[in-house]
Amino acid sequence: MKKDIILAGVGGQGILSIATVIGEAALHEGLYLKQAEVHGMSQRGGDVQSNLRLSSEPINSDLIARGGADIIISLEPMEALRYVPYLKTDGWIVTSSVPFVNIPNYPPLEQLLEHIKAYPHHVLLDVEALAKQAGAPAQAANMVLLGAAIPMLGIDYQKVIDGVKRVFAKKGDDVVGKNLAAVEAGYANSVK
Amino acid sequence: MKHLLLGDEAIAQGALDAGLSGVYAYPGTPSTEICEYIQSVEAKKLKSGDTQSPVFCRWATNEKTAMEAALGMSYMGKRAIVCMKHVGMNVCADAFMNAAITGVNGGLIVVAADDPSMHSSQNEQDSRFYGKFAMIPTFEPSNQQEAYDMMAAAFELSENQHTPILLRITTRMAHSRAVVETVAQKQEQKSISYPKDVKHFILLPAFAKRNYAELVEAQTDFLTLSEQSRFNSYIRGDNPKTLVVACGIGVNYVKENNFEKLGWSLIKVAQYPLPVGLIQKAVSDGAERVIVVEEGQPVVEELMHGLVPSSVKVDGRLTGCLPRMGELSPDSVRHALGLEPLTQKPADDMVVARPPALCQGCGHRDMYAALNEVAREYDNSRIFGDIGCYTLGALSPFHALHSCVEMGASVTMAKGAADAGQFPAIAVIGDSTFTHSGITGLLDCVNSNSNVVILISDNLTTGMTGGQDSAGTGRLEQICYGVGVEKEHVRVVVPLPKNMEEIKQVLREEINYNGVSVVIARRECIQTLKRHLKAQKK
Repeated sequence: MKKDIILAGVGGQGILSIATVIGEAALHEGLYLKQAEVHGMSQRGGDVQSNLRLSSEPINSDLIARGGADIIISLEPMEALRYVPYLKTDGWIVTSSVPFVNIPNYPPLEQLLEHIKAYPHHVLLDVEALAKQAGAPAQAANMVLLGAAIPMLGIDYQKVIDGVKRVFAKKGDDVVGKNLAAVEAGYANSVK
Repeated sequence: MKHLLLGDEAIAQGALDAGLSGVYAYPGTPSTEICEYIQSVEAKKLKSGDTQSPVFCRWATNEKTAMEAALGMSYMGKRAIVCMKHVGMNVCADAFMNAAITGVNGGLIVVAADDPSMHSSQNEQDSRFYGKFAMIPTFEPSNQQEAYDMMAAAFELSENQHTPILLRITTRMAHSRAVVETVAQKQEQKSISYPKDVKHFILLPAFAKRNYAELVEAQTDFLTLSEQSRFNSYIRGDNPKTLVVACGIGVNYVKENNFEKLGWSLIKVAQYPLPVGLIQKAVSDGAERVIVVEEGQPVVEELMHGLVPSSVKVDGRLTGCLPRMGELSPDSVRHALGLEPLTQKPADDMVVARPPALCQGCGHRDMYAALNEVAREYDNSRIFGDIGCYTLGALSPFHALHSCVEMGASVTMAKGAADAGQFPAIAVIGDSTFTHSGITGLLDCVNSNSNVVILISDNLTTGMTGGQDSAGTGRLEQICYGVGVEKEHVRVVVPLPKNMEEIKQVLREEINYNGVSVVIARRECIQTLKRHLKAQKK
């Protein structure tokens, strides 16, 4: 088993919580893991990404090669497209459709979404709306996105669910319940 | 025990498990998490009521004070580390270079975190030069586990050889997580022991000459230790005509690209001085070409020319085999190994840059809004910036700054410009940067009664690195009075939109005053404020 994942978003959106849950599930499965993160200046509203690598064999590089990523998981549609040079030709884009507009020259959204839809392997979801429908706060949008990416992860659904429970256990049953609902909503609306 | 740790955290845990007594650091990306990790471990210890052998872990005012305090702890026979980003090495260089001459008593490790590609920095300098400059053993871990293991090894080497050790990492090592296996048995902290020969620590010329001669003599031992180090290795390939010398994490990118299929020889370097014997062995095994894969500047590549016969071709960053600038990547190393790139999609042309920006609601924003308006009232305002979140005031929408060089330069460049006849000459500096390196510059301004306005944008924290304690919080006015700024020209404003007219008026008055003025724009960082409010709710 080997999955190379690029997590993308805007500084402050919370891509690292997705990485934490996937990492927890992967380690529980006895997989090797490397996760390169962005700390520092870009966290102030700039573009941020994390390279998450999972494998049943030891991993060398902290970074994913161009053309080597199995999945791009993005909390922002333009940020998903930023990393397409890293995507395998048959790789998946799993992204939020909700734009984060903090620059004056943000491209026209409709066209941007068309570019994403042009990829045969894509999941494009309004993760914030799905989070609310599931009775979770908007901050749980990242868990909806995680749920939507489960079919491509190569880790069983139930193992990821167990990972969510362990990661949020300290915050109480209510928080665990809402995050689980968010993950379930993302999974239900994904491509399987 | 297995832990999922950042490289920085692995270094911290490695130091703790090796009997660390003190960490001395000033925050700086990508080094910050080393000290923060130790602080969080210590806080948990304290919370659980464990007051046994605490580890000193309070932030230092700057890298020089950190380095000196660590040397003091080492003087007492205890183990200490100093952590900083690469440019911090410049700040502590005086103490660092001379610590190589004094030598150490307790183990002393200087951790320098370089930032090739300048993700969060103003230059790409390679700290291995400092290791060579000071003539001390230098470690460069290739992965998180090795970073952890090296801390105990480096402390031991430091004490056995009576020398400080430089541990050099780069951004990818600092900020990448992997599973690290820690030792079962933690080492106890060392007890107090004074240096056997106090003259080692008194660098009068007569004593320093003797110390330096000892350091020069020790170079042979340092080289032997490198050549025998378990962190360095030479693997002869079936096709030994090509030799790859891979330093630090460079070896990972080499292995990532199915290196063994090429059959070439490989030298892994993680401890310096460069293990010359391994290179000579590879040459005698038939190496005709050497490819040097190293993060940062071409330190080893340049040395290589003096180590191999002229018939051996040396390739690396200087020959275009690898890019001259920026961090290594699996792709650039793949190219250097002569392999075709993976099939990849073109970049999407709709994607535009998303530069970092000041947070919405940040006090620096209101400060710049007022400053820009007032600056426009003069023909040729010049605003000298400094290092921190507020450097982002150079970008859209403010475009406020005319310089940003290094910590503290705003104050002294404004002074120099005023000396040259610039009016108005304004410096913008954060509170933490001011205490780090601005106070001495302010004293220069006072002594020559320079016509400057020093605007301290005080958010009560070290913001850019994530909100660490700032050394002068609550005492900035007193510091300015103490340095000699006249009381009536130390003004405090609260940067909020409702105070805009008042702030502008204060700025005008102080610009028009012919002498040294300090305007402190004080409002808590919006990020730390959120955190504090959240903590209060709990």
